[in-house]
Amino acid sequence: MSARRASPVAPVAVVLAVLLAWEAIVRARGIPAWLLPAPSRVASTLWQDLPSLLPSLWFTLKITVGALALAVIGGVSLAAVFALSRRVESALFPLAIVLQVTPIVAIAPLILIYVESTTAALLICAFIVAFFPILANTVVGLRSADANLRELFALYGATRWQRLRLLLVPSALPYFLAGLRIAGGLALIGAVVAEFAAGAAGRETGLASRILEASFRTEIPRMFAALALVSLVGIAIFAVFDALARRLLRRWHDSELPDA
Amino acid sequence: MLPSTATPLLALDAVGMRFPNGVQALDGLELSIARGEFLSLLGPSGCGKSTALRLLAGLARPTAGTVRRPEGLRPGFVFQEPTLMPWATVFDNVRLPLRLKGLGADAVREDVDAALEQVGLGGFARAYPRELSGGMRMRVSIARALVTRPDVLLLDEPFAALDEITRGRLDDELLALWHAHRLTVVFVTHSVYEAIYLSTRVAVFGARPGRVVETIRVDAPHPRGDAFRADPAYARDCVRASAALRAAHA
Repeated sequence: MSARRASPVAPVAVVLAVLLAWEAIVRARGIPAWLLPAPSRVASTLWQDLPSLLPSLWFTLKITVGALALAVIGGVSLAAVFALSRRVESALFPLAIVLQVTPIVAIAPLILIYVESTTAALLICAFIVAFFPILANTVVGLRSADANLRELFALYGATRWQRLRLLLVPSALPYFLAGLRIAGGLALIGAVVAEFAAGAAGRETGLASRILEASFRTEIPRMFAALALVSLVGIAIFAVFDALARRLLRRWHDSELPDA
Repeated sequence: MLPSTATPLLALDAVGMRFPNGVQALDGLELSIARGEFLSLLGPSGCGKSTALRLLAGLARPTAGTVRRPEGLRPGFVFQEPTLMPWATVFDNVRLPLRLKGLGADAVREDVDAALEQVGLGGFARAYPRELSGGMRMRVSIARALVTRPDVLLLDEPFAALDEITRGRLDDELLALWHAHRLTVVFVTHSVYEAIYLSTRVAVFGARPGRVVETIRVDAPHPRGDAFRADPAYARDCVRASAALRAAHA
């Protein structure tokens, strides 16, 4: 079963090649670090500045994970309600879509005005962007249970609770996990974007504030270092959920089958 | 095996079924099922025979007439597709009907193993459906229907999607199970040959609206095998069923 993923050699080679080319161009042309730092310079800056960047990393991580947790709780609960009642769904779904399609950069300043605590405001912003994919996917998932299996459950007198636990939840799981993978990345984007909108003020601040600060001081290598941390967080979130999906689905779902 | 005199186990009296979209699927359908018989409902797609089966199972209510079923009747149902839960092992799939009654895994282990043994899947309890062939999945589905020791086994074109060799083998296995456990079987099919080969009685369906146009009693003794397929009586019954179908669907 481990053969599903192609060997990691190719993607790693591509990333290495890009970094090497970047390094080579910067050195060959003598591009100054305040314009475009070489990867080696970014790495060394990251290492030097790590003590000052780590608290920000931790803060961004807290906002992201917190918002994602809220999105899972809210999205799944609302999806369950929608699955039980089409009427409630048609009444509330447009609202969810409005939240989804309005750019978070445009709403963030308002939220920052109305919500006193900046941390809470950031949480709300990240929640708004992470919420929709979980809701939409889980609704589809709960509805996707096989029609004959539903009849079978009816034939053998299943209770509502049995139907939910033994049929609807397992049917929805692959859809939910796909939503979770998208929402994980979006929660991070929401956390960073909202912090940009909030500005660098406040004592407890995340990686976005470090990037802003560094940009005011034209510390370009530090901007890249903080940016690299944001990317690493995103990659880590994706990897965690990808592994989770593989673990939960590998024995039965087509999406996780090994290539024949 | 002459069930007509006994009280029927199940019966449809003047049953009509009109769907919300206006299609009259069944009209004036009379059908009674005697204990221990193997009844086939024979007809082309869309003639209402599956609807009749769903009425017998209690999965739908007729819009006219009555369905006579005894209180607490335990039906076993096999769909055209295996209809297994892909996320559950063979064991968990087969134990589902018992689980829905509130019985735990340990309490039903013997029953589930026995049902799997009956369909020749003794060693596959821990496999997942996708690890099995189409024929094996269908066997799991039959085991799941048998595990409740049903009063009547209802099958809706169960082998239609299988290749002919597998289908013939499963026909024989089903017949052996029916014989060994004195089951009552209602079998929906569009194959004249399958219907005559398996059944003690064949109800030929006419379409639009669906009703029984002819009933053919197949008296050949069981167990049946290739000898029966070569028997002139088999050919005669097949010709008669085909003629009835042609007349009803001209």
